[in-house]
Amino acid sequence: MTRGPVDTGAPDRLYLVTNGRSRADDSFDLVTLVVSECEPASGMQSEHARILDLCRRPTAVVEIAAELGLPITVVRILLGDLLATGRITARHPRAAESVASLPDSVLLQEVLHGLRNL
Amino acid sequence: MGSATSELPSHRTPLSDTAETGLKIVVVGGFGVGKTTLVRSVSEIRPLNTEEVMTQAGVGVDEPGGVTTKTTTTVAFDFGRISLDERMVLYLFGAPGQGRFWFLWDRLFSGTLGAVVLVDTRRMDDSWYAIDRLEHHRTPFVVAVNRFEDDTSRHSLDEIRQALALPGHVPLIDCDARLRRSGKNVLITLVDHLRALAMARETTP
Repeated sequence: MTRGPVDTGAPDRLYLVTNGRSRADDSFDLVTLVVSECEPASGMQSEHARILDLCRRPTAVVEIAAELGLPITVVRILLGDLLATGRITARHPRAAESVASLPDSVLLQEVLHGLRNL
Repeated sequence: MGSATSELPSHRTPLSDTAETGLKIVVVGGFGVGKTTLVRSVSEIRPLNTEEVMTQAGVGVDEPGGVTTKTTTTVAFDFGRISLDERMVLYLFGAPGQGRFWFLWDRLFSGTLGAVVLVDTRRMDDSWYAIDRLEHHRTPFVVAVNRFEDDTSRHSLDEIRQALALPGHVPLIDCDARLRRSGKNVLITLVDHLRALAMARETTP
């Protein structure tokens, strides 16, 4: 089997960012849209401040991860902190409530309409 | 490709304040098949790159002497974005179709609308595994053949369907991943297929 673009490493830096935590808040989907509810403040952890700055407009979890240059899991942990303290709100995707739930035809018709209008 | 981090926020194109629903479509395929090219051709932003880390006890790792150690691996993938209307935003992910990536499928791509398997006829073997894994995860998909100019074989779609042992109900189309209208056509073919599946499901008691 061919290996994909995979590498191994010791991500010590990531444990610093998350204070040693590695379990993420699974409620954040890759495409959950995050919105800041307050301004970044001095004394905040820099990653928290950057997220609040990025999410003045709705921003997907995966975009936050790309902008911060951090793995998805780490970003989910940081977002969990911010959500718990009411500093962000999250708009979760309709289509991703569970692995088994499949999108309905009404939603798909809307997607199709959007694509055709591109 | 690779795990280079993305550009600085100053280049960002923010979403509309009214955006409320994110949707996912995944483009799977082997290395160099044109996943990023396809994402770029339809995306409203320059494709961004991100990664996920995975810590697992020796999964897929051959340890000398049978010692199992905890290893951390990084899987990189890129993505683009299409604002469909005021509320809906479609994210298009280009994902490596092989190996350990599939261990992350549930964590990253649960709730995905569907997938596009991008095929290079010169390396058809790469597609087998992706198709097998998508079937395993019960993710509906279409297959798009990215026609490369230096592909002299020009296999017909029928021949390709046979080579991939692809069931008749799975749409199979040609595309040129570099062209926006072609990329758009691939996405429309997928969503049309998904809608037909959903309608069939909804009318069956």
